[in-house]
Amino acid sequence: MDKRVVITGLGLYSSIGIGKEEVTQSLRMGKSGIIYDSSREDFGYRSALTGMVEEPNLKGELTRRQRIGMGQPALYSYCATKEALEQAKINIEYLEKNETGIIYGNDSTAAAVIETIDKIRSKKDTTLVGSGHIFKNMNSSVTMNLATIFKLKGINLTLSAACASGSHSIGMGFLLIKQGLQERVICGGAQEVNPYAMGSFDGLGVFSMQTANPQKASRPFDKNRDGLIPSGGAATLILESLESAQKRGVEILGEVVSYGFSGNGEHLSNPNLDGQYKSLQMALQQAKMQSSDINYINAHATSTPVGDGIEAQAIFNVFGAKTAVSSTKSMTGHECWMAGASEVAYSILMMQNNFIAPNINFEVPDEHSKNINIISETKEQKIDCILSNSFGFGGTNSSIIVKKFVT
Amino acid sequence: MTREDIIAITIQFLAEEFEIDPNVVIPENHLQQTLDLDSLDYVDLVVVIEENLGFKPTKEHFEGIVTFNDFYDFAEKQVAKLAK
Repeated sequence: MDKRVVITGLGLYSSIGIGKEEVTQSLRMGKSGIIYDSSREDFGYRSALTGMVEEPNLKGELTRRQRIGMGQPALYSYCATKEALEQAKINIEYLEKNETGIIYGNDSTAAAVIETIDKIRSKKDTTLVGSGHIFKNMNSSVTMNLATIFKLKGINLTLSAACASGSHSIGMGFLLIKQGLQERVICGGAQEVNPYAMGSFDGLGVFSMQTANPQKASRPFDKNRDGLIPSGGAATLILESLESAQKRGVEILGEVVSYGFSGNGEHLSNPNLDGQYKSLQMALQQAKMQSSDINYINAHATSTPVGDGIEAQAIFNVFGAKTAVSSTKSMTGHECWMAGASEVAYSILMMQNNFIAPNINFEVPDEHSKNINIISETKEQKIDCILSNSFGFGGTNSSIIVKKFVT
Repeated sequence: MTREDIIAITIQFLAEEFEIDPNVVIPENHLQQTLDLDSLDYVDLVVVIEENLGFKPTKEHFEGIVTFNDFYDFAEKQVAKLAK
């Protein structure tokens, strides 16, 4: 028999706040985390807009050996995971004795790789690079570091699925627990924030050029949107079987009830209406829900002209005009590999605190967004069930449904 | 560079890079045990020695080094070779 899967911990290290409290406040206030980073302009970026997340200094908290293989994704995700584990009342002693897995979304370690190669070029000797670089360079940097630090003995893998990485990590953790293969899985997503990480993405000409007012530049679904803004950080969710959570007597923040997914099998970067529709339908069918059961949709919408239009159509086709929709990327920018996890976390915070965070900068609807119910100002509302969409390059789609826990 | 210089520089880079209490870096102490070195740490030790003292020890060199004093003896010879 399938197990029920609940969430018992959240942790956030985001451009709109460090930790759940600050993030909740920013979500309610519609606060933007976007800045203009002039160093990107000097570096050759077309758009110097970015969400900004400072790199944490963990000296004094972790030993040299623990820190030496940690690049930005691992540093951010350590902070988010520490917060999530604290909320779930899980410490390292517990993790050593009780099998717990980790599946974390990450799809780049650009800065670390470039630093390593620069060093080899300069020294012309690989043995003078040092021991930490290989562990920072690998895409699995987050999971190898966190599994070592937190003494995790269960499934241990990184999930790379472009901008849907974080969402799929929750989906895969959900499936493993549901099938009884794991009791607990640490899920999440991390995204590095530095000029090296996003240069080639900027080169596609898809970043917003509305640099005069950075906080107004990310405008998902708005007619005058002109592109996305890169961002990052990390988000962690502790997924656990209901039996495990009840046995431990911890607060249950929500129940994951389905994981819809699909592939477009088409273009490298262009979204696809059929693929998104299929992912949404699969999520609803798996949860045995009607579209009217969903109170809030956290859209993937990144503020690109094409992407938001396709998603608005997919949402309209499945949910019609009534279901409340917002894209928190209007505040955070596009958190890429982190986004699928952070946006489920943001949605749970809204569900817990009875409000819908605004899709800021949504001022003029376009031909597609006019058909759906986009919330442009904070709305106090009881939410029982949320759906979070994530779509990535290569046509990878994921839709997660989380509802309030009811015994 | 004198032996005293080598000792001072070594203590400084061990404190900064390896986060070692300078007070435990005593000439007679066992280098590997005092620094709690594993195989990865030796890789980093080579890097900091090259950066700070200008020569690059090999794995074979470390096999003959037991105490900090042994290291200073070895470093003195290497630094002298570089000066020639």
